[in-house]
Amino acid sequence: MPHHASPGRRALFCPEDGQSRATRPFAITRRAALLGLAGAVTLGRASLALAAAPTRQRFVVVLLRGALDGMSAVVPYGDPALADLRGPLLPPPPGSAADPKTGDALLDLGGFYGLHASMAGLHGLYRADQLLPIHAVAGNWRMRSHFEAQDCMESGADHRMTSGWLNRAASQLQVGHPAEGKTPMGNAVAFSPGLPLLLRGPSRVGSWLPDMSVHPDVALYRAIADMSHDDPLLGPAVAEGLRERGFSDAAMAGAPAPRGFGFTTLASAAGKLLAAPGGPRLAALEVGGWDTHVGQVRRLAYPLGTLDAGMIALKDGLGEAWTDTAVLVITEFGRTARINGTQGTDHGTGTIAFLLGGSVAGGRVLANWPGLKPSNLFENRDLAPTTDLRAVAKGVLAAHLGLTPAALAKVFPNSADAAPLAGLIRA
Amino acid sequence: MIRFGLGRKAGEPLPADPIGWLARQLDGTDPALLRPAPDTVTGLTALREDRKNPLMQGQPRRVYLVLRAGIDAAMDTLLATDTPFRERLVWFWANHFTISYRQGGVAAISNAYVREAIRPHVTGRFVDMLLAVMHHPAMLMYLENTGSTGPNSPVGRKRKAGLNENLARESLELHTVTPASGYTQADVTAYSAILTGWSVALQRNPPGFVFLNRAHEPGAKTVMGRVWPPGQDGGEQFLTWLGTHPATMHNLAVKLVRHFVADTPPPDDVARVEAVLRDTGGDLHAAAMAVLALPQAWMPLTKLRTPMDYVVAALRLFDLPATAKLNPSGWMNQLGQPFMGADLPNGWADTAAGWAAPAMIMRRIDWAAAISGRARGHDPRVLAQAALGPLLPADTMQRIAGAGSRQEAVAMLIASPQFQRR
Repeated sequence: MPHHASPGRRALFCPEDGQSRATRPFAITRRAALLGLAGAVTLGRASLALAAAPTRQRFVVVLLRGALDGMSAVVPYGDPALADLRGPLLPPPPGSAADPKTGDALLDLGGFYGLHASMAGLHGLYRADQLLPIHAVAGNWRMRSHFEAQDCMESGADHRMTSGWLNRAASQLQVGHPAEGKTPMGNAVAFSPGLPLLLRGPSRVGSWLPDMSVHPDVALYRAIADMSHDDPLLGPAVAEGLRERGFSDAAMAGAPAPRGFGFTTLASAAGKLLAAPGGPRLAALEVGGWDTHVGQVRRLAYPLGTLDAGMIALKDGLGEAWTDTAVLVITEFGRTARINGTQGTDHGTGTIAFLLGGSVAGGRVLANWPGLKPSNLFENRDLAPTTDLRAVAKGVLAAHLGLTPAALAKVFPNSADAAPLAGLIRA
Repeated sequence: MIRFGLGRKAGEPLPADPIGWLARQLDGTDPALLRPAPDTVTGLTALREDRKNPLMQGQPRRVYLVLRAGIDAAMDTLLATDTPFRERLVWFWANHFTISYRQGGVAAISNAYVREAIRPHVTGRFVDMLLAVMHHPAMLMYLENTGSTGPNSPVGRKRKAGLNENLARESLELHTVTPASGYTQADVTAYSAILTGWSVALQRNPPGFVFLNRAHEPGAKTVMGRVWPPGQDGGEQFLTWLGTHPATMHNLAVKLVRHFVADTPPPDDVARVEAVLRDTGGDLHAAAMAVLALPQAWMPLTKLRTPMDYVVAALRLFDLPATAKLNPSGWMNQLGQPFMGADLPNGWADTAAGWAAPAMIMRRIDWAAAISGRARGHDPRVLAQAALGPLLPADTMQRIAGAGSRQEAVAMLIASPQFQRR
């Protein structure tokens, strides 16, 4: 049916009414499954990588690629300047009725900050003193390119390095521990392509993906491993892949077969693998869907809910080992303090980080709040960063994993100006 | 056939003059454009109808039917084409100007985008490809420019609407000059003002690109030290300048050499291709010929096939009849590269580091074992000769010849490190 809109009503066409990217995946119809597309309906590719370390503590880093708007995840509703900047995007304060446009009321975090309503699981952890949101953080990089800033976030520096800070932390933990290399996920060989830069480097690292349903015969694997043996890239990959699969099959034994490629699946598997005796102790998870330039209110709810569900799945997978766990959730930068022209936000600076786990001294929000008056904003545009992300990471590595100041200086080169934050981990 | 193509089909003759064979593939019009496939008007109409008329329970969305038809046409071309070098260039440029069917409502026009904005310019000028991409609804929707409004335009003042920087930032960073050229946040903001009003009219007949003057930021804009006039024409002037900028030429040369030669592009090779691009004003035909002429391009294979290349190469080798029920796009997805579904605007990784995680390599092996059942009609030794010939080590050939079953023998071939290279 032809449809003639009058010129005045030929409105700007916002794709998917602003809900397009990631937050409203296609309904998975039978037809879609037949097309072989169902598996691709995700928040972008989630991934899981793991490394061994001679410690009882578990440490997980979750990378939120695409720049989470910290002021939407943890809303500083007590700041009087907020409404001017964010009016149309602001959910109702804690305890209020839901708003038809901006959703359910915030979950209170102590009277000044409120957690997004999609994160009820994390709110439960907050009330159990196991969640510590850290606000107005940024690393020491100031570019607003996703790709450069992600490289910096993973390198732990203001430029791209060839290894990631979590891999260097694994190396420092292994110093003086001659026994490793004997554990199933030991560190005998350096091998790590295909993994996030965060975990690339000298320490050996593994990865995990849900299996495809049919496995060929063991003899065929052996033949292919032999054929690949001398190949510098694929030889170690096949050997490592077989070793990991043997380990993970054992660690996952008895659990229902994981389905799908989603973040929650990977987070649950990460928990089980980290909990296993002789298993890895460090993990990196990543998930996208945060680049909310358009229609942010509706587009953020889904990835925030997924992050929340994933963190609870990780906790459940860890079981009793949760007590010995710290999880650090970080993103490459924040988003503009003001709304842009399409009810979203553009690339900014200061944002939120979450620290959670049984080892975390939570139940409060940690921030040196910079304020939101125009003169308080970074470049009159972004939430000003007042806490260095490297200081947060160093504080966790020191208190949770016992890294010395000398080791921390190797993990984060040239970071003397970012002293480790104290008090993040339960004494 | 391997480095510059999509792998040899069983029974395909070896070209006597490889460079001539490759060069001839770039002559004339892209043969894929002669096959019918849904265009942008069809795709946008399906999107409009889906939104206007709710579907009956169980009825597929119209955009899915169009997406499926587009994918089928693209897969048929990949598996059957006699111009595989041109096809590789098409998907190289489509990845350079990445969109994703999963984002921005572009599912129904993602394949039309490649046919309309990429294919016609693969042997033409880069600046024409850039202009076509920036006018195409798929890119405007994917990077969310359709609602970006000049704050001082009539629409902006009335609705208090404003800029969306997404397209301008990625256009500078990824498509053209890269951050190494030294542009600033102010340049990004001014470029996004230039692009205000570049939108999509979904309700118009036919639906398509529209320049909304009432949403366009009035006045001249200064980007990268130069002043650009207002209007659609001013935007096109800026894009023309950007598409021939020396920093853009350098970026393109690095990416071409990385794609066809090595993960770490040799600087001398980059310099040669860059010089050709600069001297020809960004002629992509000349650049492709310059890549063919690089001595390094004829050294032993080092690049790891991406999942897309890998699936296509195996299926081309098997050369199955049209009645075989193949699902190449589903298999690409299983191996980690959903067709036209990259996660981020920087597209798919073009280095082994992006694809060689142990768990991903295990998936390839599992897939190789499963798919090899399709090749039962072939003698595995003949297939191995056709696929790799002298590139296959003698002991691997012996293993294949001595395998317990044809399926196992073919699986070894497809999972061999040599077959995973290009």
